[in-house]
Amino acid sequence: MAFYVVQFLTGLASAASLFLVASGLSIIFGVTRIVNFAHGAFYMLGAYVAFTLTERFSGAIGFWGGVVAAALIVAAVGVLVEMVLLRRIYHAPELFQLLATFGLTLMVEDLVVLIWGPSDLLGRRAPGFKGAVDFFGQNIPSYDLFLIAISPIVLGGLWLLFQRTRWGVLVRAATQDRDMVAALGVNQKWLFTSVFALGVFLAALGGALQIPRDAVHHALDLRIIVDVFVVVVIGGLGSIIGAFVAAVLVSELNAFGILIFPKISIILVFLVMAVVLIVRPWGLFGKPEAAARRTPGLTVNPWRPLTSGERLASLVALIVAAALPLVAGNYALTVASEIAIFVIFAASLHFLMSVGGLASFGHAAYFGLGAYGVAFLAKLAGLPMIVSLLLGPLLGLLGAAVFGFFAVQLSGVYFAMLTLAFAQIVWSIAFQWVAVTGGDNGILGVWPEKWAAGPASFYWLSLGIAALAVAVLRVIVFSPFGFALRATRDSPLRSEAIGINGKRVQWTAFVIAGTVAGVAGALFAYLKGSVFPDSLGISLSVDALVMVLLGGVETVSGAVVGAIVYKALNIWLVSQTDLSKLVLGGFIVLIVVVFPKGIVGMLETIRNRRRTPASKPAILTAGIETAE
Amino acid sequence: MSMVPTLLSVQGLSKSYGGVHAVRNVSFDLRAGEILALIGPNGAGKSTCFDMLNGQNTPDSGRINLLGEDTVGRKPRAIWRLGVGRTFQITATFATMTVRENVQVALVSYGRQLFNLWSSTAAYAREEAGRLLDLVGMGAYAERPCGELAYGDLKRLELAIALANQPRLLLMDEPTAGMAPRERIELMRLTAQIAREKSIGVLFTEHDMDVVFEHADRILVLNRGSLIAEGSPEQVRGNPQVRAIYLGEGLVYDARHREGAGA
Repeated sequence: MAFYVVQFLTGLASAASLFLVASGLSIIFGVTRIVNFAHGAFYMLGAYVAFTLTERFSGAIGFWGGVVAAALIVAAVGVLVEMVLLRRIYHAPELFQLLATFGLTLMVEDLVVLIWGPSDLLGRRAPGFKGAVDFFGQNIPSYDLFLIAISPIVLGGLWLLFQRTRWGVLVRAATQDRDMVAALGVNQKWLFTSVFALGVFLAALGGALQIPRDAVHHALDLRIIVDVFVVVVIGGLGSIIGAFVAAVLVSELNAFGILIFPKISIILVFLVMAVVLIVRPWGLFGKPEAAARRTPGLTVNPWRPLTSGERLASLVALIVAAALPLVAGNYALTVASEIAIFVIFAASLHFLMSVGGLASFGHAAYFGLGAYGVAFLAKLAGLPMIVSLLLGPLLGLLGAAVFGFFAVQLSGVYFAMLTLAFAQIVWSIAFQWVAVTGGDNGILGVWPEKWAAGPASFYWLSLGIAALAVAVLRVIVFSPFGFALRATRDSPLRSEAIGINGKRVQWTAFVIAGTVAGVAGALFAYLKGSVFPDSLGISLSVDALVMVLLGGVETVSGAVVGAIVYKALNIWLVSQTDLSKLVLGGFIVLIVVVFPKGIVGMLETIRNRRRTPASKPAILTAGIETAE
Repeated sequence: MSMVPTLLSVQGLSKSYGGVHAVRNVSFDLRAGEILALIGPNGAGKSTCFDMLNGQNTPDSGRINLLGEDTVGRKPRAIWRLGVGRTFQITATFATMTVRENVQVALVSYGRQLFNLWSSTAAYAREEAGRLLDLVGMGAYAERPCGELAYGDLKRLELAIALANQPRLLLMDEPTAGMAPRERIELMRLTAQIAREKSIGVLFTEHDMDVVFEHADRILVLNRGSLIAEGSPEQVRGNPQVRAIYLGEGLVYDARHREGAGA
């Protein structure tokens, strides 16, 4: 019995950091409507800065002062970020905000390694809380008891802040209607900045308080952000009390899940989340948001199928690409095969994002599932390559069917967070289920058969499948189904009112996109001759997002161009610098701020401007009015 | 009148939020080809009533019989399949498509082709979409991006979309809200004309009494969730309670009436 009590208390202690970070995220979202992906990075930064400060200044004052000072310093960094970056994108579509803050996360990851080095850092114990308390023969670290007390104190403090201060009243008012608050003459800029600073302070404090419990390392950000997303989805985005309850719930599920169902402990939390989402899609303490009318985005030009001239040009481009083995060497062909594979992958996400309006932040899950599918079939079942290539992607289809069913119940940022969380589950399974997946060692020796083994033949195979995939997706875009999908994206209200079952349409689109991603993954397994959990990882999901964005999210096939440019750039970059994440992150931020239409989008705009010189501004304003 | 079938029959419809009775025991019928206006001051329960009829809201009690089917608890899309067209107070159209494509999507849905992944939408029911657009006077705009349209044209496009499933009943929530006076009269004239030609029943809410009195065959007056009057435009206009609560005591409507008679 005592053992279970101790386990319960350990869970409560773990909830402290989770609550601090999640409440910060919720407060920022409530006022600015930005889901700050970089919140995990601020948490990690808090831990690193606190580590440095507590190492330098000894004693109780040094430690506690260091923890608070670290949170303040990181909050100051947050203010800088808000003023320089976020202020430019408050009115951008939410996808761009998520991506910009993700780019920031990538940059922080490399900066942290640059400053503090790649190895784990073990922090000092907290003065005054070094020992353990005996509880019926079980030991509880006294620092855990301290952490257990922290959450209610912070919760109470936040409550007082929001209920009893003028600033708090403004924040609550802005959470309900920020335009009205601005109309009343409140300086919104500083309100947003101060809210962001508070949110970042809480995240950094959460990180700083973890150092006596946990090693500091440069992957902390992604680990916490996934948990935090789960917490805010369960608790309700924007609700502080929800963040508290959900943080406790998630931590206890983790603490007891390991005891009761050790094999599926990771999945347990996600199962609970899935149940909450089905029963209350807006979270336990969140409020159902009024059906959001979608902004039309950046342009309102209807899509057109290719003209016969454009068709010819595409065919010529394909023929030129097919002639590549005549001039290129083996290495170049392998790179080209990889690019072709990523064209398929990016096109599949583009279909979901542009046509469906569903920005998945975990699309790599289906890519990776396709890759593992092939590895299982080829290595374990010993099936021939053609059969494996055809059947392997079915694993991606299956995953997309299961996860997609839940994901399409949500939209916007909730959808993004849920898809990310699902991808993390799949990654964890691949990582932990060593008996089947080989864990970190992956599955090796998935080599293509003789007919496809040469670099040129494999390149032709990849190119052919890529061309086919892009063509099929284009056909679907202009099919009745594609229109139904766009209709659901453009106006959920109207599409429901003309008999369209939006959820089912989106689910189908999710399955299509997942299957095509699985095809890309299947080819990728053969290209590399092996499969690793990385093929399911967040960074791959984000690569795909960037490709789509770079090509142009509002184009029909921009992802093709985006994938080619990005992948080529990426491969070149990795060969040139160790700080590829830093450059990549900066690149993402740059696209979002300066270049939001992407390459193909820019080209189309230029072309349209030539055609209709004067009417453009009128088009835009009319479109926005319709959407309001 | 008894030969004309009843399209919609509402009995004892009620809905309350907390202690507030938004709609209280409302009953009425609507016949084919009849144009019925639902009027009342703000907060009278018109929108709640409307939302319950088209499936966006579920009543606490009461029955809704639409074209012979009990529709309480059904989703809007299921009610649409029964043959109900719908327009919104603030237009809801597909901003990234052309005008024709907007109508084609509705036709695709009506033809149960939503999950057709292969054929080309551009060719699907092209003429049919053109006919519907001609009907509402939008034929010349068929290839324009929907996002480019003026508000009055969007309202007409919505009407064309609402007619795509060959509805027996049109539900129009403040069809002329946000339009210029001249456009209002034109849109309702068009709606009335189509409704009478095709024998479609129309239920609409409206604040513009010119529109209501010119086109409605019958008027229902809601106040604080309850039906306080029902009858022909003349009856409702003469009802002292309705005047006191909603219309006011001015001579505007009578003056208009005289003007109309003189012209």
